[in-house]
Amino acid sequence: MKKALLLLFCLLPVFAYAGVAKDLAEDPVLEKRMIGLAENLRCLVCQNESLASSRSELANDLRQEVREQMLKGMSDQEIIDYLVSRYGDYVLFDPPVKSYTLLLWYGPFALLLVGLAGLILQLRKRKSKIPEAHLSNEDVKRAADLLNPSKDL
Amino acid sequence: MIRFIWPFVIFVVLAGFLYVGLHLNPREVPSPLIGKPAPAFNLAQLHDPTKQFSSQEMKGQVWLLNVWASWCVSCRVEHPVLMALSRQNIVPIYGLDYKDKREAGMAWLQEGGNPYVLSASDTDGRIGIDYGVYGVPETYVIDKEGVIRYKQIGPVTQQSLHEKILPLVAELKAK
Repeated sequence: MKKALLLLFCLLPVFAYAGVAKDLAEDPVLEKRMIGLAENLRCLVCQNESLASSRSELANDLRQEVREQMLKGMSDQEIIDYLVSRYGDYVLFDPPVKSYTLLLWYGPFALLLVGLAGLILQLRKRKSKIPEAHLSNEDVKRAADLLNPSKDL
Repeated sequence: MIRFIWPFVIFVVLAGFLYVGLHLNPREVPSPLIGKPAPAFNLAQLHDPTKQFSSQEMKGQVWLLNVWASWCVSCRVEHPVLMALSRQNIVPIYGLDYKDKREAGMAWLQEGGNPYVLSASDTDGRIGIDYGVYGVPETYVIDKEGVIRYKQIGPVTQQSLHEKILPLVAELKAK
């Protein structure tokens, strides 16, 4: 009897373990894939947090939605398209190149070009401002003497 | 003298941008659903769960779909506006009770008044996801063909009602 009780107590932790965090650990591979995808998606409620890290209700629901769609066998791209069709490009942390995002993508390069052009213009202008020195024969000779003092010795 | 003009001009331009930015609302995300057919749904009615409400029933009518919840604080702000609108009989308002308990939703309508022709219960928020709802309240103007024409994010105010929603409703009804 005592031994049976002892065995039962030893087994208790096994029973206690069941049913903890079932939702998350049900399929670790799927969960990893979901988190990988959700990290690049924006939570619309808390805006600067990703869907993977947000604790808002909506983020919970959307993560669940993504899990279910993955279970249905949809590809990552299909799931992203699904979310974009409902929430717009804003859910993507990486905005796609479109006519109205051209400035966002290429604006910095345009500014860089403007800066470079300004720099080149400025340098050219300065160059023309420095007067060319004209040396007479006498000056050249004096300079040569100064540079080669050993000749006299 | 001219040396000091450029920094000043740059400062004024920057200040201008920042000033405009102060008045923009970062919560207002343009909806990709505008001009697209409203996602169809078929949900139990809030007051009588044995009956269903299908968005298909609304074909041929201009209507408002207002997403609300008893737990939503801003809904209390827009509530008087919706009550006044429902009394005018200009456009039918249908409610989508979003992620709410049925009893709590019904209690809130009893307490504050019910501006809706009827409300549908979206208990698990699935239809909300279909409509791209991310903050309650949200209001959709849907035309006779079932196409979403306008989405109001956040509470409907007197201003947005008279400047955007009502003129649009009048235009859509005339079609």
